[in-house]
Amino acid sequence: MFDDLRDLYQEVIFDHNRNPRNFRIIENADRKVDGFNPLCGDRLTLFLKMNGDVIEDASFQGSGCAISTASVSLMTEIVKGKTEAEAEALFKTFHEMTTGKDEQINLEAVGKLAVLAGVREYPARVKCATLAWHTLDAALKNEKQSISTE
Amino acid sequence: MPDTNLPHALNSDKKIKYKEYTPNKQTMTQFPIDKIRNDFPILNEKIRNKPLVYLDNAASSQKPNVVIDCISHVYRHDYANVHRGVHTLSVRSTDKFEGAREKIKDFINAGSDKEIIFTKGTTESINLVAQSYGKANIKAGDEILISAMEHHSNIVPWQMLCEQTGAILKVAPINLRGELIFDEFIKLIGDKTRLVAVAHMSNALGTINPVKQIIAAAHERNIPVLLDGAQAIPHMPVDVQELDCDFYAFSGHKLYGPSGIGVLYGKQALLEAMPPYQGGGDMIRRVTFEETEYNTLPYKFEAGTPSIADAIALGAAIDYLSAIGMDAIAAYEAELLDYATEQAKKIKGLRIVGEASEKGAILSFVLNHIHPHDIGTMLDSLGIAVRAGHHCAMPVMDFFEVPATARASFAIYNTKQEIDVLMNGIESLIEVFG
Ligand SMILES: Cc1ncc(COP(=O)(O)O)c(C=O)c1O
Repeated sequence: MFDDLRDLYQEVIFDHNRNPRNFRIIENADRKVDGFNPLCGDRLTLFLKMNGDVIEDASFQGSGCAISTASVSLMTEIVKGKTEAEAEALFKTFHEMTTGKDEQINLEAVGKLAVLAGVREYPARVKCATLAWHTLDAALKNEKQSISTE
Repeated sequence: MPDTNLPHALNSDKKIKYKEYTPNKQTMTQFPIDKIRNDFPILNEKIRNKPLVYLDNAASSQKPNVVIDCISHVYRHDYANVHRGVHTLSVRSTDKFEGAREKIKDFINAGSDKEIIFTKGTTESINLVAQSYGKANIKAGDEILISAMEHHSNIVPWQMLCEQTGAILKVAPINLRGELIFDEFIKLIGDKTRLVAVAHMSNALGTINPVKQIIAAAHERNIPVLLDGAQAIPHMPVDVQELDCDFYAFSGHKLYGPSGIGVLYGKQALLEAMPPYQGGGDMIRRVTFEETEYNTLPYKFEAGTPSIADAIALGAAIDYLSAIGMDAIAAYEAELLDYATEQAKKIKGLRIVGEASEKGAILSFVLNHIHPHDIGTMLDSLGIAVRAGHHCAMPVMDFFEVPATARASFAIYNTKQEIDVLMNGIESLIEVFG
């Protein structure tokens, strides 16, 4: 029935939505930033534990749609062990992938995140996928205030 | 989920049982639904290869041929600026423009066409009252009373006025069915209250407020009442004299008319005493550099060239609706809402947000573990347009402790079959999400 949506709602997304990874609080987090998408009311709090410039641990709390939940869940998995610079580079690649500026998706660079490429065809949903990353960006830049995708 | 046993929620208001408007029960077969559907060309659109099921009417409704053709006719045959020229076209354009005002006056049964002010829409109408009436009459320490179910456009203009004047915004609470708690509302009307502004019908919940009782209570203390009629006007007959409201604001685009045009009704005596809202052409009688003499009503509040063709087309929309009859429309939509509510209640995991005993054709709902945005995208892939979001009523979302809801809102061209398509879609997406 929802054949048209297969590119957007892949099984991996349902899986991460049902069982979000790293859905917990890091008590002694070095960075803690709130992300908010006023358009749909999605809110999340991202926690980072840093070791020098390496992201040692990442976790989140909050509620959102399947796309935003899967996106933040996948992100916390993938950025663990990455340096700040590597994470920023990944954000850039992810952003290009989801906003469709770069037609060729570098599958190697984005890895598992490729399941979110489908949002390109749904402009109203791009922000759901990018909220997590904008929040991470703010956390890496050590901005304490809450960020919003608007 | 909020606790349904909260004492304030279900006890304090149980005594009020109000009947604002009781539609005559008519059977669906008498309603000319086939003809109406033919009048709306957009209903033939395919969305993602499926027939469009348009259920986002509370955001904006679609336009019948008479409205679309009217706009084109005005620009092809009757267009010039209004109130300005002696030439034939200007006279013709002015006649049609003023004719539309007359139609609106009759539609809401205003006492005079001087009481019908053209604006851009509900939002501008409310801002006009806040900035003109409000600034002239409301001082530091005074109170403005609204309800907890207001659209942002009936909150923010008052907050701005409060910031400018030092007045205080008071908010009457609602219960978990989404009804105004009338006793609490009455308690909030006090010596300092200078204005009451409430929705006639809520866009997020569908609740129809007991506006006659509200107006009567406010008038006992000589407090004027503004009704935000954006949602009520397409769904029921509105008689401003019978309601005795002091201001009534609505938008053309929710009334099957064009966007960019709306109305502020105000009682003549109040409007006469109010200072102008904006300055410019049309709102003046005589200008020198020393002083300006303002024009008479309604032009005093219509600075600048108005949305001429849109105003005329709003008149066409009103003719169209009047021919069907607002009573018949209210009865038909009540049946649609009853049917939709009944079907929705059969779906496991669906919670209706807004279950007022007096309700217009709006079904707001949430699903267990499925975010409204996902509902919106999934239904869209089936050709079904619903709204997913906070509906410009964030305080309502906070009250119900949901980030957003999905909302199906019905109009004269919707059918029970379309509601079946919606319900099937909801059931299927619940299955897919597992
Ligand atoms: C209850 C209510 N008030 C005010 C408005 C604002 O109307 P507009 O955007 O046409 O000015 C709306 C429309 O969404 C509404 O539903």
